[in-house]
Amino acid sequence: MDIEKIDRIIDKHNSDASALIQILLDIQSENNWLPKEALDRVSQQLEVPATRVQHIATFYKAFSVVPKGRHKVHICMGTACHVRGATRVLDKVQEATGIKPGETDLELKFSLETVNCLGCCALGPVMEVNGKAHGKMTPRQTTDVLKTYE
Amino acid sequence: MSDIPLQIDGQEVSAKEGTTVLEAAQGMGISIPTLCHHEKLEPFGGCRLCIVEVESRGWTKLVVSCVYPVEENLVVRTRSDKVDRLRKTILELLLAHAPDAPQLVEYAQVYGADKDRYEKDPSFCVHCGLCVRYCAEVKKADALGFVDRGIRKEISFIPEIAAKECNACKECFPLCPTSYLQAAFVLTESLAFPSSSAKSVSKA
Repeated sequence: MDIEKIDRIIDKHNSDASALIQILLDIQSENNWLPKEALDRVSQQLEVPATRVQHIATFYKAFSVVPKGRHKVHICMGTACHVRGATRVLDKVQEATGIKPGETDLELKFSLETVNCLGCCALGPVMEVNGKAHGKMTPRQTTDVLKTYE
Repeated sequence: MSDIPLQIDGQEVSAKEGTTVLEAAQGMGISIPTLCHHEKLEPFGGCRLCIVEVESRGWTKLVVSCVYPVEENLVVRTRSDKVDRLRKTILELLLAHAPDAPQLVEYAQVYGADKDRYEKDPSFCVHCGLCVRYCAEVKKADALGFVDRGIRKEISFIPEIAAKECNACKECFPLCPTSYLQAAFVLTESLAFPSSSAKSVSKA
């Protein structure tokens, strides 16, 4: 992520220190994660100590300080999905993407995460990709769904 | 500023508005155990050891005295059975993280806390925040801060700032109740700016 892009986001919020979290969220959604250079730049431009920027960037789950892929895959492991075979769905997704929950592949294509309920238990087992829920998944269907993402 | 009358451990006192129960008690020579309190720093309320029982308008409740401002006609008990029992448990929980911290061991003897009551989780840092707050509030260097949260929360130096500021200062070192801070610094130093540590060794 280049410095100009970060500066544009900071300018959009008038370099206001109280907009720190909003700025970090904007960078996160633009870049999928928060690189160290971005945090340093934000700290410098907002005149907020680097320690505080770091504290906030590591505190909230919405932020990531390690690289994340373009597509966020969430597999529901809640009770309803679990009894309908979420474990097998997860196994298949791990096999297809080559990554375990919490990991990101080298091409930065997918980041895999397990979650404990997506709030649509009737659709279980559920796989969510970039916020879109794919319900009633079978292990085979997951690979078809993943193929549609570039 | 008006004076507010209150009672601490049966003694009548008056304290200035805005002072905390802890300060009022210390002012009359009553000692309350503390870990995260430091007179130069803003109250933090992190260690919970300074917990006391207060009674106002017929109700008693347990509050953390370092962040509780004095109130009119407040009745404070700093050593009731309930308070002692709670402090013992808090100490036991802290001891699970730092079983050999001198200050904790000393308090443990007073309150009969058993360092083996809870399963050991030797993270050594007890999150008192003294180093982080001292660096930010007194030195204004912000060389270290907290990262992450919950059970993964820990202190972390910013290597670029630490390389410039820390070797000449190290004023936070004696504040740390567990010596974890020193270990964290040595680790950061050896990973991020080893040349300066080599220099300090050759000087010594």
